[in-house]
Amino acid sequence: MSGWRTQTGWALDRCQSLTFTFDGKTIPALKGDTVASALLASGQRIVGRSFKYHRPRGFWGVGSEEPNGIADVLGAQHRPNVQMTLEPAVQGLCLQSINGHPSAEHDRMAFLDRFSRFIPAAFYYKTFMLPDWHLFEPRIRAMAGLGRLDPAAQGFGPSVPINATCDVLVVGAGPAGLAAARDAAKAGRKVILCDEGLRAGGSLLYRPARIDGQEGRDWAAAMGADLASLGVRILTRTTAFGRYDHGLTGLAEAQPGTAAPRIWRVRAAETILATGAIERSLPFANNDLPGVMSAEAGLHYLNRFGVAVGRRVVIATTNSSAYDTARALQQVGAEVTLLDLHGRSDAGQHPFRVIAAQPIETALGRRQVEAVRLTSGERIEADTVLVSGGHTPSVHLYSQAQGRLRWDESLQAFLPGDPVLGLCVIGAAAGVFDLSRILPGQGVEATSHGGNAAVWPKPMAKGRIWLDMQNDVTAKDVELAHRENLTSVEHLKRYTTLGMANDQGKTSNLPGLALMAELTGRTIPETGTTTYRPPFTPVPLASFAGLRGGQFMNPVRRLPLEAEHRADGALFREYGGWLRPAWYGADESAVLREAKAARQGVGLFDGSPLGKIEVIGPDAAKFLDFIYYNTMSTLKLERCRYGFVLTEGGAVYDDGVLVRLDENRFIVSCSSSHVQGMGFLLEEWRQDSFDRSRVVIHDTTANYATLTVTGPKSRELLQAVGFAALDDLPHMALTFSQFEGIEVRITRVSFTGDRSYELSIRADHALGLWRRLKEAGRAFAAVLLGGEALMILRAEKGYIVVGKDTDGRTRPMDLGVYGPFEKRKGEYLGRRSLHLPAVADQARDLVGLESLTAAVLPVGAHVVETVGGKRRSRGFVTTSHYSPNLNRPIAMGLVEGGSTRVGEIVTLYHLGQQVQARIAPVCALDPKGRLLDA
Amino acid sequence: MQLFTCPFCGPRPETEFHFGGDAGNARPGAEASAIDWTDYLFFRHNRKGVAREIWMHMSCREAFLMERDTVTHAVTATHALGSEA
Repeated sequence: MSGWRTQTGWALDRCQSLTFTFDGKTIPALKGDTVASALLASGQRIVGRSFKYHRPRGFWGVGSEEPNGIADVLGAQHRPNVQMTLEPAVQGLCLQSINGHPSAEHDRMAFLDRFSRFIPAAFYYKTFMLPDWHLFEPRIRAMAGLGRLDPAAQGFGPSVPINATCDVLVVGAGPAGLAAARDAAKAGRKVILCDEGLRAGGSLLYRPARIDGQEGRDWAAAMGADLASLGVRILTRTTAFGRYDHGLTGLAEAQPGTAAPRIWRVRAAETILATGAIERSLPFANNDLPGVMSAEAGLHYLNRFGVAVGRRVVIATTNSSAYDTARALQQVGAEVTLLDLHGRSDAGQHPFRVIAAQPIETALGRRQVEAVRLTSGERIEADTVLVSGGHTPSVHLYSQAQGRLRWDESLQAFLPGDPVLGLCVIGAAAGVFDLSRILPGQGVEATSHGGNAAVWPKPMAKGRIWLDMQNDVTAKDVELAHRENLTSVEHLKRYTTLGMANDQGKTSNLPGLALMAELTGRTIPETGTTTYRPPFTPVPLASFAGLRGGQFMNPVRRLPLEAEHRADGALFREYGGWLRPAWYGADESAVLREAKAARQGVGLFDGSPLGKIEVIGPDAAKFLDFIYYNTMSTLKLERCRYGFVLTEGGAVYDDGVLVRLDENRFIVSCSSSHVQGMGFLLEEWRQDSFDRSRVVIHDTTANYATLTVTGPKSRELLQAVGFAALDDLPHMALTFSQFEGIEVRITRVSFTGDRSYELSIRADHALGLWRRLKEAGRAFAAVLLGGEALMILRAEKGYIVVGKDTDGRTRPMDLGVYGPFEKRKGEYLGRRSLHLPAVADQARDLVGLESLTAAVLPVGAHVVETVGGKRRSRGFVTTSHYSPNLNRPIAMGLVEGGSTRVGEIVTLYHLGQQVQARIAPVCALDPKGRLLDA
Repeated sequence: MQLFTCPFCGPRPETEFHFGGDAGNARPGAEASAIDWTDYLFFRHNRKGVAREIWMHMSCREAFLMERDTVTHAVTATHALGSEA
């Protein structure tokens, strides 16, 4: 028990107490506390176990730099790896420490630390090599780690991301950021100010300072009110986690409850980084013991949260900023000894003991700090050691924006170098630590920062000196990396995992590379830093996903008649982005019934997603000649022609019927799932190679519903509905009619092999027509046809579905369409590629496949054969069904040289099974096409 | 996320655009050699620095020419097709 609650702490509401639990222990807190401040106030020292060695760990910092104080929130609001320093204490919160088995206080894995010399850096690389390493790997991995994800938990609730623009984005609401936001707002600019803390103020929230005669934090509060009245949007608990292209900054704003942090994508003309600086540690043995903390944090906990972190406190510092901490702790009654490593021995000026130029050699204690031993040999009893090795400016966002850092020798820090367009770095982030320089001319009274010297770890030091507390990396690990010649900082990082934990090395990167510089005889700037990458603090993936989950992940397109189909008992499935009826009825047996009935009488099918892209203009025919494999300009008026569209590589991209409405107007009926792609393809070539004033593209797919009537009774049904004059309409022709005064476009085309009509009508009038068709259909035993039954009907005929019965190599000739390839004059898409010799290599023909048994062939089964001494796949099954009209299985597949092998038996391999099949013609039903006119 | 300026719609996020290949990759004539044709199909310069590319703004479906720096991601100019000087 070391920390205690004092009478200081302006941020607390002492009338409102609350409790939460930590590792099952009830922890009292006050409104205004963070989880960290409440734990420290209750005397809790050990708040977690280290990643690898299970060493006890306590809080080191007070904000997002904290490497140790992370815990899992349990229960309904489960969130793993929460930084307790940034988490407000709320009533009933339930926390569990990380990597403690079972708790941080009592960890039965703690023995691992005694074996630490056997688990150095790269332990995994060197150990997991034996033949059976994967037998013990899971157990070893289970011993290491941070938080645990509760698989039963709900996970984050969705938050809607916000896109925002502004003239100026200010990151960091400390004194520099507040002043910059005020100046910009007063100049009439639109400003957003964000800060990761619970409230604006930054260092003013805990450092003693007076500005314009006001207490620093009062000045900050007044500024906040001022800014709000000037229209500045202030976002607290909001971390600017990444800087991206073209002035984009990503912010993550914490949300109440289980909602994921909200993403703000802020596009600012100018971004001002006032991100402050992070205090550095000092290298001495056991500097990771609970009780060793940042001096800045000690001051922060005391002044803001009313928590004295210790009773007997040793403060070791390279600069004068820690004197504030010493004075404040001494005033509340702690026994303070200050070690000024600078060597200023102004004894007698301070109400506490000052020892000059005597660094700590080691911290002593088993579960927490009990004393320190100085290099002089002197032992000082202490329950807390506060350290300040200077401050490291937070230049992450500047670096992410490709800014070049420069090394400042006097500050021992990397600072922003060359200016980056649209970015400005101010305050401590730019190496300006003194408040009087940050707020010039504003009557600042504050302690001068007085130096920023660092003490970097030295090679061959005694004991274990921690660099990265979150990933358990010591100075010895860096020396090991050096001995093994992994001297580049990027290698060092990956080999030792230095800076790779979720604190991203905020406190560890610089000491690690400074030690490597020393070991290699280079300077720190020569050694360089690793690349700074987003995010600055972890952001849940749920934040980025926003609402894109479940039905919003990839929203389906819906039919105008969906409700009607549902009322008719349709089961809906997604086909090429459209939600369509798969079948009508309680179970899948409906499919065979529908497929059979449609061939006997008449089937009604909602084909509304069918592509209806109009190509219009005097050059439309010429344009379509170029787009299609088949010559289209010879198509007569009010006629239809089936054709292929190829890629420039010569593969079939889409197939479909082209309808000629008049001389200069066509409809491209492309596959439902290709409407968007075909639209772009047509636009691309129109704009690239044609006179844009003489041909235009207009996608009308969603404007019309297309209702298909198919089967031997289809004409009678349509006549019963009132569409006369269909007797003269030949196959592949078009006519217009009316339904209740609305135009109906009727094309006689067939995807079933039976006589079929496609009726296109304005989508908002489709319901009336559909109902009339169903009504009149009763006399003809009409059946509603789902997508699955249609797939059987087309497969019986050997009609293809591009992308199912073809792949990225399938040429039109492989589908048996040689005419244009051999005879066609003039240029078209993909023509030249069809004549490249390599394109024909191992070409696969579409063939029918007959099962030799009653079993349906498995789709995806491969024809494996030995060719030239090598066994390889020579094709595969693309489509396979049981045909209720032929009463046997049918299938199609792509097989090398298949069209010359009709009648041969091939062996198909599928998931360890072999089946035999006979190669057959593609069309299994009515090869002469008599049904089209039946 | 980058901002591209559609010559017709103004600056829009990159997700609204579709890459259309290097500008100047002209389609060879009908009698092109196999080498010329496959160069047209597959060979890309992938130059470091200033690149001239065709992009399509999917919202307005207009293709246009964009000059951008592949290192700094600076977009230096966008032109409607046929308008580039």
